[in-house]
Parts: sequence; C-alpha cells; structure tokens
Amino acid sequence: MITTSIKRRTLLGAGLAGASMLAMPSILRAQDKSLKVGVYGGYFKDSFDKNIFPEFTKATGIAVESIAEPTGEAWLVQLEQAARAGQAPADVSMMSQVAMLKGQSTDLWTPLDTAKIKNASNLLDRFVNKYPDGRIAGIGAVSWYITLVTNTDVYKEAPTSWTAFWDPANADKLGLLALVSNSFLLEVTAKTFFGGTNALDTEEGLLKAFDKLAEVKPNVRLWYRDEAQFEQSLKSGEIPMGQYYHDVTGLAAADGHPVRSTFPKEGGIQDSGCWALSRASQKSEEAHIFIDYMCQPSIQATLSRKVGTSPTVKREVTDLTDKEFAAVSSDIEPIVPRYDLYQTKSDWLNQKWTELIVG
Amino acid sequence: MRREPPQSLGDYLPLLFPAAMLTIFFVVPFGTMIAVSFFQRQQGGFYTPAFVFDNYARFLSVFFGGVLGFSLMLAIIVAICCVVLALPFTYMLTRMARKVQVVWLVALLSILSLSEVIIGFAWSTLFSRTAGITNILVALGIMEQAKALTPSFGAVLTGMVYQAFPYTVLVLFPALVRLDPTLTEAARTLGASPLRAFFTVVVPALRNTITATLIMVFIFALGSYLLPQLLGRPQHWTLSVLITDQAIYQSNMPFAAAMAVFLVLVTLGLVALTVIAGRKGEAA
Repeated sequence: MITTSIKRRTLLGAGLAGASMLAMPSILRAQDKSLKVGVYGGYFKDSFDKNIFPEFTKATGIAVESIAEPTGEAWLVQLEQAARAGQAPADVSMMSQVAMLKGQSTDLWTPLDTAKIKNASNLLDRFVNKYPDGRIAGIGAVSWYITLVTNTDVYKEAPTSWTAFWDPANADKLGLLALVSNSFLLEVTAKTFFGGTNALDTEEGLLKAFDKLAEVKPNVRLWYRDEAQFEQSLKSGEIPMGQYYHDVTGLAAADGHPVRSTFPKEGGIQDSGCWALSRASQKSEEAHIFIDYMCQPSIQATLSRKVGTSPTVKREVTDLTDKEFAAVSSDIEPIVPRYDLYQTKSDWLNQKWTELIVG
Repeated sequence: MRREPPQSLGDYLPLLFPAAMLTIFFVVPFGTMIAVSFFQRQQGGFYTPAFVFDNYARFLSVFFGGVLGFSLMLAIIVAICCVVLALPFTYMLTRMARKVQVVWLVALLSILSLSEVIIGFAWSTLFSRTAGITNILVALGIMEQAKALTPSFGAVLTGMVYQAFPYTVLVLFPALVRLDPTLTEAARTLGASPLRAFFTVVVPALRNTITATLIMVFIFALGSYLLPQLLGRPQHWTLSVLITDQAIYQSNMPFAAAMAVFLVLVTLGLVALTVIAGRKGEAA
C-alpha cells in the first residue's frame, strides 16, 4: 500500500497534476464552494477520491478537486514558487514533515485556527505541527509505521527488539532502507542504545549513533531504495529480516506469504504527513472545514480500514477493533523521527551516512 | 552519388533541424546544468543563483575520488569484457548463413527491448540462493549447497555486460561484414591457422572500429545507475547512483550538477586521450 503509493507518487507527479487540473473545472462549476486538495499521486489519491472526498462533498457541500502531488520536495518547490506569484496550485496539501519545516522557513503555511477545527482536540499532540512561535502550521493527515519484519520460515520466533539488527548471528541477512532521511535508523539506534532520540541533539551524540550503526553493516545484505526489491526477497526468505512498512507486510501475510511485522519493544518508527494551507489560498474557510472533517475519529477509522494508515487521533475515540487497530498501529510508544535534523543538518548527515554505508 | 560541399544556403537547410534539436535538447540543458553547478545550496531550502565553487570543493575529496575511480574502472572493465566477447562472436556470426544471422540479430535486438529494471531483477533472481542457478549445480551434484551470488562485483559486472553486449555486436557487425574475406584467405594460404589469422589480420584491420566500440560501451556503462544498486553492495555504487541521491532525495541540485559536470569532463578527457593515442599509433 504505502509501497505502491510511494513508487507511484514518484512516477506520476506533475503530469497527473496537470491532467487533473485540465479535466476537473467543468465538474466544479456545478458547485458553489470548492477546495483544491493536494494528495500524493497514485494509491493515496485513488483511495481518497474513492473513499473520502465524495462523502466530504455530501456532508459539507464543498466540492473537492484533488490534485496528484509528487513526493519528495518537488511539490514544496512548486507551492513556494506559485505562492510568490500569488497562486495556489492546491489550497490544502498533504506534506511530509521535513517539507513542513522547510515551508515554515518561508512562512508558506497559513497559520490554522483551532477554534474552527473542533475535532483537533482528538489529535495526538505529535500530529500538530507548529511554527517556532506556537502558531499552528499543519494538522496531522495520515501516519504509517516502519517496523521490524522477518520471514517466518527462517525465524520461527519473532524478534522482540531492534537489537536483532546488531546480533552477529544475523550476518548478511538484513534489508534496510538506503537513505538517512527515509530509514530513520539513527533514531532507532538512539532509542535502542542511548535512551532516546534526544541523544541526537549534539554532533557528539550523532557521531556516537553513527559509530554504533556502523556495527550493523556486516549484517546488511541489501540497502534498498526500491521497496519491491526488498519485499520480494523478504517473501522468498532470500533476505529474511529488515525494516519495512507495517501495513504492506500485514497485507502480504494475509495473502499467505511467510512474513510478519513486529513492533519492537523500543517502538516502531512512525512517519506521517500533515494537512497544510498555502498562504496564497483564498479558501481559508473551506480549508478549515475540510481539515476539521478529516480529524473526525470516524474518518480516521475509515482511513485505517480503507487506506491502511494509522490514525492521527487518540485510539480511544475511534471505533477500531483490536484487530483493526493492530493492522495499522500499536500501543507501544513509537519512535518519532527527528525531522528537524533533516532540515538543519541534512548535508552533513547525508555525507556521513553515505560514507558510512559506501566506505 | 554526387559529393560536393554545400554551396548555397539551401544546401545547409537539412542540417538546421538536427542542429536545432541538438541545441534545444543537449546544449541548453547542459548549459543549465553547468550554471546550476555554481549555484549556492540553501540547506533546509533550495538553492539561490550565485557563483560559488563550494559544490566542486565538496566533490574534491578522497571519498568521492574513490567513487569516481570505481565508476571509471567498472565502465572500462565492462567495455573490455564486451568487446572481448563480442568480437569473436560477431566475426563468426558474419561467416554464418543469412538466415542464422537474422535469427541471432533479432534475438539480440529483443534484449535491447528489455529495460534495465527487468534485466536487474532477472539477474538478481538468477543469482539468488532460493531460486538461482546454484540450485541447478546442487541438483547436478557439483555444489554442496545453494548460495547467493548477489550482491557482489561479479553480479554487477555480469548484469552490465549482458546489457551492453547487444550494442557491442550491433556496432561491430557492419564493419565485420564489410571486412574483405580475401584478407583472411590470403593469411590462410600463407599458412596461418584460423586463430592466428584472426589475431594477426582481422583484429589489426579493425583497430579503429574496436577503439570506437570500446569508447561507446565505456560511455554507455558509465551512465548505469540501476544495476549497481540492484546487484551490488554500496561499495559497488557508481557516481551516477550518488548523483541521483543528491538530485532526487536531497534536492541538492547544485551538488548533483557539479558531480555530473565533473563526470562528463573526466569522460571527455579519457575519450580524447584514447583518440589521440590511437592517432599516434597510426602515425608510427
């Protein structure tokens, strides 16, 4: 699910965005109120178009024009450049956490008014993205987990901790994500060995985490950028352990493949996207209604069931059964990536990381 | 056919279209890339137009030097392997019946229709422990236990040679077809064995073609960035892989552009050296 979405997100991008912009206006004229919403192209956009947006229009009378946005920072660049010209290719967009921070630096996001978003009180604190001065830049849209996955034929017992990556018995058996900014392994190392991600506050702490992480290298068979490559090897047992998306692994297991996803006792890695409003948008009123609608527990539950994302609201307020909740999340406190580092130290981290795995 | 230099403006017209295409699709983008390579990177943001050497300075390190060196070495080895395999193969192919030639050429052309992704995944399956060729060796009793042959340098090399082989054959084929058969016949009449005739007559006669083919395969292999990722370990990643990382994942366009410009310059330099060496050799 996330797999395909990310791959397609990258592939589709601007072309689809352009096509949908050309195709939609005729439908929009029928409605009085409308809102342009940017969603990752591919799987996410398809799911939202099918399961979420029609219901929203029915409930509020606001027509949604969904825009396929590319992943990475391409969409942020487009929004920023358009905003400088007073244009908003989308009013509300789903943005990654690092993109949120970069947008904050140019005041790209219109501060949101929580008085108009009553359901925001349901949100978990970490899903409210704030400017340094406390204004609200974005509200959690969806989240997903990266967990410790294993092939059940090779590992009869599920591992319980991320320390399995460091176990010499697992030499040449791991598949890990290849980039510092999408594997979040520094955070995993800090949480597992140094008491928490705060250990990464200083350069000294980061270097210590890099040193510890270097011990994993002999165990790694594959550093992957392409999810399909690892997923196939995990299913066949060729590479029987690694980090991967919790929801996709669950689906593969449900299809009968010998794989399992485990939330280690240190927690799974929780990544997420925010709804953010471009400062060039004239549709602030509609945007607040939309974000409020999306924060409803019932909508978050629908997203969990239909799209496979983890709810951004507190578990108690949703009507998800234990089984449904376990399929997308866990009660274990997650490892939340240190997105700030990927903004302030991105080049240094990238250089160190590349030297670590290539050298 | 008449062959005289173009005289009126009209004679130059057919040239305009390719020249315009070359300008629009090569000169302009390459110029943009050179410009961007001097821009100032804004960490946590994008880049601003400027004229700084930071991006080149960052590249000039032992680490990137090592990666560049590996990329060049890999491309050279791929080029040599391809030509060593393809030259005798193509030579024998040109001596075969027309029908057989057509079948072989169609088969080789069909490899060209495969994308790098498919080639990479196919070889990673063939080299895997669970479903790979070593299982056949185990079944035949040659090997004790199936083992994974990927990721490794050998796997990367195999994949890249496989991908470049059809190009090599197609470039060598016309030259070998045109090769005068009386040359080898003369050598044979004078008592040379077929092998000796091949090395003392065919290979020297084709020296320019071979050099051109080596350069072509070298440049083709230098751009490869998917196969090293699919079949190799991180130490087998080429400079192209790191350029992609910077451009797509770090949105560090200035640095990516600087690396790309550097790669192009080194490549052009090597090609120029090869051509000059070839000319000197001819003059001697």
